Amino acid sequence: MRANLTRHWPLLATGVVLLALYIGAAIAFPGFRTWFQFTRLFSDNATLGLAAVGMTFVILSGGIDLSVGAVIACASMMLALLAGELAWPLWLAAPAVLAAGAAFGAGMGGLIHIFRLPPFLVTLAGMFLARGTALLLSPHKRIELGSHDSVRSLSLLHVADFTLAALIFLAAVTLSALALRWMRWGRTVYAIGSDESAARLMGLAVAPTRIGVYALSGLCAAAGGIVHVIGTQAGDASIAFLLELDAIAAVVIGGTVLAGGRGSVLGTLLGVLILAIITTIPGYVSDLDSWWTRLIIGALLLLFVSLQRVSQHWREE
Amino acid sequence: MADALVEMREIVKTYPGVVALDAVDFTLRAGEIHALVGENGAGKSTLIRILTGAERPDRGRLLLNGREIHARSPAEAQRLGVAAVYQEINLAPDLSIAENLLLGREPRSRFGWIQWGEMRRRARQIVRSMGLEADVSAPLRDCSIALRQMIAVARAVDQRARVLVLDEPTSSLDAAETGRLFDLMRRLRAAGLGIVFITHFLEQVYAVSDRITVLRGGRCVGSHAARDLPRLALVSAMLGKAASAVAAERASTRRADCGGAARLVAKRVFRRRSIQPFDLTLRAGEVVGLAGLLGSGRTEMARLLFGVETRDGGTISINGAAMHRHSPRRSIRAGVALAPEDRRAAGLVPRLSVRDNILLALHASRGWLRRLPRRDQVALAEQFVRSLSIATPDLRRPVAQLSGGNQQKVILARWLLMEPTILLLDEPTRGIDIGAKEQVESLVADLRVRGMAIVFISGELEEVVRVSSRVVVLRDRAVVGELEGAAITAGSIMERIAGPAEGGGHA
Repeated sequence: MRANLTRHWPLLATGVVLLALYIGAAIAFPGFRTWFQFTRLFSDNATLGLAAVGMTFVILSGGIDLSVGAVIACASMMLALLAGELAWPLWLAAPAVLAAGAAFGAGMGGLIHIFRLPPFLVTLAGMFLARGTALLLSPHKRIELGSHDSVRSLSLLHVADFTLAALIFLAAVTLSALALRWMRWGRTVYAIGSDESAARLMGLAVAPTRIGVYALSGLCAAAGGIVHVIGTQAGDASIAFLLELDAIAAVVIGGTVLAGGRGSVLGTLLGVLILAIITTIPGYVSDLDSWWTRLIIGALLLLFVSLQRVSQHWREE
Repeated sequence: MADALVEMREIVKTYPGVVALDAVDFTLRAGEIHALVGENGAGKSTLIRILTGAERPDRGRLLLNGREIHARSPAEAQRLGVAAVYQEINLAPDLSIAENLLLGREPRSRFGWIQWGEMRRRARQIVRSMGLEADVSAPLRDCSIALRQMIAVARAVDQRARVLVLDEPTSSLDAAETGRLFDLMRRLRAAGLGIVFITHFLEQVYAVSDRITVLRGGRCVGSHAARDLPRLALVSAMLGKAASAVAAERASTRRADCGGAARLVAKRVFRRRSIQPFDLTLRAGEVVGLAGLLGSGRTEMARLLFGVETRDGGTISINGAAMHRHSPRRSIRAGVALAPEDRRAAGLVPRLSVRDNILLALHASRGWLRRLPRRDQVALAEQFVRSLSIATPDLRRPVAQLSGGNQQKVILARWLLMEPTILLLDEPTRGIDIGAKEQVESLVADLRVRGMAIVFISGELEEVVRVSSRVVVLRDRAVVGELEGAAITAGSIMERIAGPAEGGGHA
């Protein structure tokens, strides 16, 4: 029991911080106590959440993906172009965008694996490529869907106040958690992040797993872009600027170790909610600037990184 | 040989400029523990890499159960039944013991989901069958190195390995842990596995091995039943000197007057898993040689004395000052210099000039503000280049272009410039040519006469005999003897390295 507690306590710490933040906000602002506000934490941050889910896989495998923000923007432009200007049906346009995102990620994963290039640089290049492509898709850097009925009706869909965006985010979290725990592929992700050469010597499928991880991150980012279009009825090449850094912050605050091998999607969900609460609070306070939220996120990030180090030290004692 | 499990015949492997293996034969039988021994560069690792499919031989044949095999990767060799457990254990530390045992072969349902209950059950079974006790759902990270080592062995055995290579598995284990690993090895031997065991510890070689194969300089110099190979014969085979010839060799004449002031006094100094408690008094005007096989604790001793590693107990005082919170910085201030084994790590900056490399430490000690005038810099550097006869066309030449011996002298020059009273030299002559060796040796003699206290580490016995006024002999991480004056001969050192159990065997 004690062993289990020490093993999971970074996750517990994240949970405690989240709870404290939520209770504190609920006490200070009556508006925070409503169920609707609770569901909005998910709905408003679905794009970030989806990106963070993909990022969790990448970081667990010992890598990093800096392209997600740009891929989100590019995906939103693509969907708006296909469904709006080219008038593709949504059931065709959305899967096409998802496939493009996954293929883009797989391409980066392939470069990283085959040529042993640093993920930081490959995905940095990917970030510029994706953002450039997004700008290329329209001279106006923005494509309005106008009166696109199927997208509009999707934006109104909700279950118990959770919008479609929130539901997709929650589904992604659930599926990812299952895959990481119960599938050989998921365990291989941990093994690679833990010790790549050991994973190879154990005869594990390193190449497909690594490429798959980046493909999944691209897929999640594309889904984030689609969710954004559904919410705003438009594709925009300038959205999600540097969103990858928020995603990384959420993953690390959620207890996933940046070096790989340790962490969970559940932690990432908690991390995303912490960021969600912090960025929501200024809306309730008239004279609060947004620099305040940045400060808190920075402090939390430092706190959690230190916590990880300390807990590791304790366990090795 | 009917029961040969592995036969390696006339294996040749060359790397650019080096013949790593020169027609080496090696035979491993089922149900035996076979020790593979040799000093650095003997070719042990290359042979193992070929056996486990990590390298391909240039020539020669590798037979497993009488059939020729050509494994192109460790994974392929594993499938054929050859598994290796290396010193740096190849497992995923963040996953549980159960996963590390069964990863890649985990029990799965029809839909591909991992069956954790079944997995833990199977893992418990494996762990128990190995005679171990462990919570299989604990992450490997939380286990001792010894247990990780044994989990790696268990994984290999459970994958139907017939040949198990253990590459220095005991180097970070304590005595009790080593005992447990040996029990496991004996159990596996009884089950019919062939085990190749690599270690630097002679005690361990005799404790578990049935046969011993000695490699030296890329050649096999003998393969014997352990009980037929006396320790002295083993040591002389490893070092390449006939025991009788060595014993007959006279020690060079030397003065035994080492009556200078005590410079460095170490009392009951030890570090767990590194070196057993030892005493050492180093006086002005003497050279203390540290002799022993690779891994016997020579380097560890020097590093403890310098404060690179922190000791677990004992006291060290340098020039009368007790080193409480010992660190290299304090040692240097107290007048100690250490020239470590690895010249790159010693801080030679390859692209900087000879002059700058020599003056580096001086700059550091003076700080940035009190710069030495350029004229003085050149004069100092020139003086050392002359006195150490460093062969360089000019002072501006990058150090990288110098030969190994001259690089070594540049390092020495740097430390001598600091005017230390105590000099620790770890393998100062390794990899340099004979002429340069002689120069380094005569320099050491010179410094001794001038009153410096010197610790001299070398794997070459003759060299230790030539330069030392006193020799401390180490074996298996403990000081096992001390020789002085005329008693210092290569033969007497070798006898002490081999140990008291003359005749070897399972004593």
